Amino acid sequence: MFLINCPYCGERDQQEFKAGGEAHIERPKQPTELSDDEWAEYLFMRKNIKGVQFERWNHAHGCRKWFNMARDTSNDEIKAIYKIGEKPPTQ
Amino acid sequence: MRNKYSIFSLFKNALSYHENWQRAWKDPTPKKEYDAVIVGGGGHGLATAYYLAKKHNMQNIAVVEKGWIGGGNTGRNTTIIRSNYLWDASAGLYDHALKIWEGLSQELNYNVMFSQRGVMNLAHNLQDVRDLKRRTHANRLNGIDAVYLNTEEVKKFCPIINTSQDIRYPVLGGTLQRRAGTARHDAVAWGYARGADQMGVDIIQNCEVKGIKRSGDTVEGIETTKGFIKTKKIGVVAAGHSSVVANMAGLKLPLESKPLQALVSEPVKPIIDTVVMSNAVHAYVSQSDKGELVIGAGTDDYISYSQKGSHQIVEGTLNAILELYPIFSRMRMLRQWGGIVDICPDASPILSKTSIKGLYFNCGWGTGGFKATPGSGDLFAHTIANDEPHKLNAAFNLNRFVSGDLVDEHGAAAVAH
Repeated sequence: MFLINCPYCGERDQQEFKAGGEAHIERPKQPTELSDDEWAEYLFMRKNIKGVQFERWNHAHGCRKWFNMARDTSNDEIKAIYKIGEKPPTQ
Repeated sequence: MRNKYSIFSLFKNALSYHENWQRAWKDPTPKKEYDAVIVGGGGHGLATAYYLAKKHNMQNIAVVEKGWIGGGNTGRNTTIIRSNYLWDASAGLYDHALKIWEGLSQELNYNVMFSQRGVMNLAHNLQDVRDLKRRTHANRLNGIDAVYLNTEEVKKFCPIINTSQDIRYPVLGGTLQRRAGTARHDAVAWGYARGADQMGVDIIQNCEVKGIKRSGDTVEGIETTKGFIKTKKIGVVAAGHSSVVANMAGLKLPLESKPLQALVSEPVKPIIDTVVMSNAVHAYVSQSDKGELVIGAGTDDYISYSQKGSHQIVEGTLNAILELYPIFSRMRMLRQWGGIVDICPDASPILSKTSIKGLYFNCGWGTGGFKATPGSGDLFAHTIANDEPHKLNAAFNLNRFVSGDLVDEHGAAAVAH
């Protein structure tokens, strides 16, 4: 359990949020052209990183907006929070 | 050859105050090369090594474990064993395991304390009732024992359950698998480790895998904290850390690793002589031989390798437990812990070859791997030895995420495994 600094509402209890999994997985531009392997990659395959991972979160019991987070999954430390559409931080 | 455990050896060792028991397994330094290396010394990994040595005559093998034997999820689960899964593929897999459980203590000469005390699954709404009845029929068609119980029969089987119809989620019925039950999880790891060691398997503890060496599409060996080990076959059974090992070989798996929590109460006299699972409200409880209530909570929704979960998950489970068992209202909880489970999109495991020759994965057991330990080891050993899956694990291949032929046990096996 940890505190999350929602970019729209400020610091709130993690209980108010819903995790949305790995971020920056781009929706296929031409779904009809995709092979089965490419569909599997898009739908199911995940990096599941131990270490700093970029992921999506939703403030489900708050403003209900989505945003991105860089979080160290080995100790749950939040490194950065940035809005949807922004590029992930490099540091 | 080690001494056989028996009433006589117990008596003999009692005379010397139990100070002269033999080590159950050796502590070898790794050889330069093995015919196969198993990554992960939990129950599944040790069972794999045991059956490779026993049934496939591969004695020149090693199990490498980054911590100590059984220190991961094998020693962290709630020890429930059952096989009442909906789909044919799952029924085959889990019932294969249950059949091995029934003779495991004798086979290993190690008391795994397998207790067929029954597992009851409760229904709390109309959809639950329909699903559980359907599952009962499916189980019986697959030769798995299952009965549907109405509310009175539930109360009769486990009298401490609150079957009052005016609680928030009243008990409308349930299913019972009498052959199901529990086993002592540590003993399973120790028993398999001792059995494998006896047949010449090297069990190497405190040895973390740092890399997988391959030439083209064939594995050559593993880099570990104890040096390079050459091998042609690598079986990865790393549970929550499967993706980490896969990344070393340049593979991506359809897994997400999440914390799953469990807790035990202070020990009390026998009060519940079965296992009761309630998926709709997410509460499951049994009692250990020491007298502790063993309670399984749920997973968090975020990826984490921290072996810690959120407090509200435990709180939610205890709310449900208290409504179903008001008698527990003043009990104190003694310990709480988390384990990292690797969850597949279809909540079914992967026991499969990969696109890399000589690299095999046994993972994705998610929240319910313990019950399958002997069957998983047996089938994975078959897959590694023959470079071909057994017919019972053929459906659990990695390619199902490409073909779409998933074994969707999310709804069927329900939340709690």
